[in-house]
Amino acid sequence: MVRGLEVTEAAVWEALAEIPDPEIPVISLVELGVVKDVVVEGSQVRVQFTPTFMGCPALETMRAQMEETIRELGAEARVDVVMDDSWSTDRITAEGREKLREAGFAPPAPRAAGAPTLVQLRSKAFRCPYCGSTETRLDNIFGPTPCRSVRYCESCRQPFEQFKTI
Amino acid sequence: MKDRASLLLELADDELILGWRNSEWTGIAPFLEEDVAFSSIAQNEIGHARALYELAARDLGTDADSLAFDRTLDDYRCAPLVELRRLEWARTIARHWLYETADAIRLDALKASSDPEVAGLAAKMDREETYHRMHAEMWLERLLATDEGRRRLEEGVRELWPYALGVLDDELRTRFQAIVRERLPFELPDVEPVPRGRHEAELEGLLGEMTIVRRSAPVGAQW
Repeated sequence: MVRGLEVTEAAVWEALAEIPDPEIPVISLVELGVVKDVVVEGSQVRVQFTPTFMGCPALETMRAQMEETIRELGAEARVDVVMDDSWSTDRITAEGREKLREAGFAPPAPRAAGAPTLVQLRSKAFRCPYCGSTETRLDNIFGPTPCRSVRYCESCRQPFEQFKTI
Repeated sequence: MKDRASLLLELADDELILGWRNSEWTGIAPFLEEDVAFSSIAQNEIGHARALYELAARDLGTDADSLAFDRTLDDYRCAPLVELRRLEWARTIARHWLYETADAIRLDALKASSDPEVAGLAAKMDREETYHRMHAEMWLERLLATDEGRRRLEEGVRELWPYALGVLDDELRTRFQAIVRERLPFELPDVEPVPRGRHEAELEGLLGEMTIVRRSAPVGAQW
């Protein structure tokens, strides 16, 4: 890219939307809703980014990928990791949720007014991503990564991963 | 009144040491689901510790790793409850439930802090801790459902009760006592809390193991 040519915020968002989540590569970082803000000042791009879970081991990988992507646009990059309360699973986009479901991860239920409860987790409110049945039970609150629980579908007899509502 | 860094270090040390203790179940929990659960909880707690150390490090002009690994034993501010190495399931559940119950009260107070960085961090942590509390409550129910489970849980809670009382400061402790007594079907005595600043013998071994790689590498090693 020609040096000095100003990069636009839209171009940065578009480029970041191509970066897959390192643990669930079917969904991009933008679809996951973890890119909080993009600010362009001349040839400098500042990105604010919030991880889904604080102990996310892919934090540095994601930061490096975003910086690399922005440099490829010809701009200088600074990615700030923001640990505040701005991310919840409600920020996952509609497209992102559909991609999760297609890949066999049940997307998170919308967050109600209060925090999720054990009663909810044990209820029939969760749909199997394979057969669509709600005859599913909680198998383990925790799963292969912090963001997922494990459920079992009584209808198609298939265990599946349920994205936690955060 | 504690300064911000002291408050953050107490919380960070609790989460780091308990995260480490929880990780000791990886591979040897009573069944696979609990290997996964305690490993995941450990990962979350250590993630919280990292963010808390980073914020404290900014106030203190150092970095998170130095705070986590380079202090001497006497400098750690964790509550003795999290230091105990009791690899027995009912005691582990007793500690898990008591700690999460106390931690919820502490996070509620921090979420209301006038310091936006502390309040934001506490709120983000709390979203994850919600699932730890559900897990602890599920196990409490399960143990209370049988005579043997109840007996063993009660033994664990009685042993850990003075330690649990040492997690929170005076102003929050009363609420903690009330919630625990309301939930548990047995009486608990009024006892003196085991205070922060005192350390259990088990902590020394844990710190030795936790820092062995860092101590064996030259200062400034890149990983």
